Amino acid sequence: MNPFKRSPFVIISTVLVYIFLYAPIVVLVLYSFNSSRVNITFEGFIPTFSERVVMDGSTVVSSPCGPFHWFCDLSKNREVMSAAKNTLTIAFIATIVSTIIGTMAAIALQRYDFRLKSFSQLSLYVPIVIPEIVMGIGILTLISQVFGWVNTTFALSGDARLSMGLFTVTISHIAFMVPFVTLVVQARLQGFDKSFEEAAMDLGANEWTTFRRVTFPMILPGVLSGALLAFTLSLDDFVITFFTNGPGSTTLPIYVYGLLRRIITPQVNALSTVWILIVFTVVLLLQIVQSREQSKS
Amino acid sequence: MTSEFAVELRDVVKRFVTPEGNEIAAVDHVTMQIKNGEFFSMLGSSGCGKTTSLRMIAGFEWTTEGEVYIEGNPMGHTPPFQRKVNTVFQSYALFQHMTVFQNIAFGLEMEGAKEDEIKQRVGRALEMVQLTGMERRKPKQLSGGQQQRVAVARALVKTPDVLLLDEPLGALDLKLRKEMQLELKALQQQLGITFIYVTHDQEEALTMSDRIAVMSNGRVQQIGTPVEIYERPSNKFVADFIGESNFLDGQIKSLSKDEAQVFIPALNTELRGIPISQGLVKGEDVVVSIRPEKIRITEKNAKNDNFFKAKVTNTVYIGADTHVYTESQGVKIKVLEQNHISRLDTSSFYTVGQEVGLVLMPENTLVLKKV
Repeated sequence: MNPFKRSPFVIISTVLVYIFLYAPIVVLVLYSFNSSRVNITFEGFIPTFSERVVMDGSTVVSSPCGPFHWFCDLSKNREVMSAAKNTLTIAFIATIVSTIIGTMAAIALQRYDFRLKSFSQLSLYVPIVIPEIVMGIGILTLISQVFGWVNTTFALSGDARLSMGLFTVTISHIAFMVPFVTLVVQARLQGFDKSFEEAAMDLGANEWTTFRRVTFPMILPGVLSGALLAFTLSLDDFVITFFTNGPGSTTLPIYVYGLLRRIITPQVNALSTVWILIVFTVVLLLQIVQSREQSKS
Repeated sequence: MTSEFAVELRDVVKRFVTPEGNEIAAVDHVTMQIKNGEFFSMLGSSGCGKTTSLRMIAGFEWTTEGEVYIEGNPMGHTPPFQRKVNTVFQSYALFQHMTVFQNIAFGLEMEGAKEDEIKQRVGRALEMVQLTGMERRKPKQLSGGQQQRVAVARALVKTPDVLLLDEPLGALDLKLRKEMQLELKALQQQLGITFIYVTHDQEEALTMSDRIAVMSNGRVQQIGTPVEIYERPSNKFVADFIGESNFLDGQIKSLSKDEAQVFIPALNTELRGIPISQGLVKGEDVVVSIRPEKIRITEKNAKNDNFFKAKVTNTVYIGADTHVYTESQGVKIKVLEQNHISRLDTSSFYTVGQEVGLVLMPENTLVLKKV
């Protein structure tokens, strides 16, 4: 038996880690059911259902949604809904594009020897270690320069003028997500024996068929985890999005930040709770799929 | 079949550039001709160029110089999927995400075979390697020996002209390996396909092959039948690599048409009537090679040609044989005696320190060029 298993040190540190990691989440979720509009003290759950919202000062006494009052409130908030739509749109497109580019880069770096290979490898780490704010400013400067030049050169005016928006946020997300995808896929490729591809070619498959039938299915788990990482990075990115968004491209993190500067209502908590629920579900599903795969083979 | 040779390597060189920027020749001017229907082995220790040669035949590597011919056609830069050869990989390289059936069917699908035909041919291939009923298993659910059979079936189902095998039995335990050796050999004879077999295990090569190419440092040292390379090694490397040999430095005293008298300075003895195989000149420094099992131990005072005295330094009993280590004037000579008779009485064995006479029978001795 492992002597560390029952040592008080292990138990205490475990408990502390769990408190630091999960207590904020528990509090956050709890407050999304708060009956008080003022999001500072917890005054208990909203007890009853009624036809209309009844307030007593800043306290909600009853609501058509009962304890889920703030969630209903949230769903009626057009700004939130549009921010959620933006966030998901950006995350989906950026994930697909960055996964494709990142996977191709990983395969190229694994398989071929070319000039400046180690430079290319190194340049992948730069966007990861560089402070995000520096990258945000960099992307902003670049895009505004390019857009400014295009707008004056082609004398664009009105709606035709290039400006910050969904497009700029999406491409900046792709730019910072590609290195993450590449590194994750590369890790998977490291253990990939070249003889699988050779065997496929030996049996009559050309390069493309070999990739489609053998290489890709075998590295798919790596590609999926790269894509998932990219997706979560995009979902909660604040700094780069802050610099590159424009009218109509507000994402959830940007929206929440704006909300906090005005008033803190339990709507924010309700929003976070939904968010956490979605992330947990995705991670759980992935776990189930992966453990099924493992038990199959 | 247009050519006498299934595969031919003509003066093939393969150079690699090491990460440090040095150029090394993994295969160095190799020429070999492999006949149709032959079981041909490339034998050598790791780094001798045998696997690289095989990979050039398969098309995974291209030659730097020289040319590979398959059925008389120069291969040039023909990709693997257009060569009528198939490979059994050392690691088997079975597709983990496919079932046994899908693995074997893969090559047929690439040919565009119809579903019925695929089913039938995969079934026959599985029968051939005695794996009927395993169609729906995944490779990871099979034992090492079974995976090996799937790899063989996957390659053979394509009915190639030549089957290339890269140390296919390396991962199996000894007993299974011996079984598979005989099975593969039987399969080869039954199908009449040319097998090119890469191995570092000389016993394996001797057991299975019609002919063997002994390789070292990217060069072919000798090509011959198992008997030829064991009994008539063409140089010291082969004599040393295949089986065991005692080597005595000597000098040619006199030469006749097919015999030589060799003086061994260390023993101060002249060995007479030794058969010679290649162009040697009188006075040339040579190496006399003799196998341990071909030396006879006699009385220390026997009168014999090619006789000298030695002292026993150690004996090792290993069941079928006894290894007798002797020394004569600083020259160590190993003798292998078969234990013909069953006995428990070890007093009749040679004892350490005992003086004996050794007879090198000339017909069992070889003169090899030094180097």
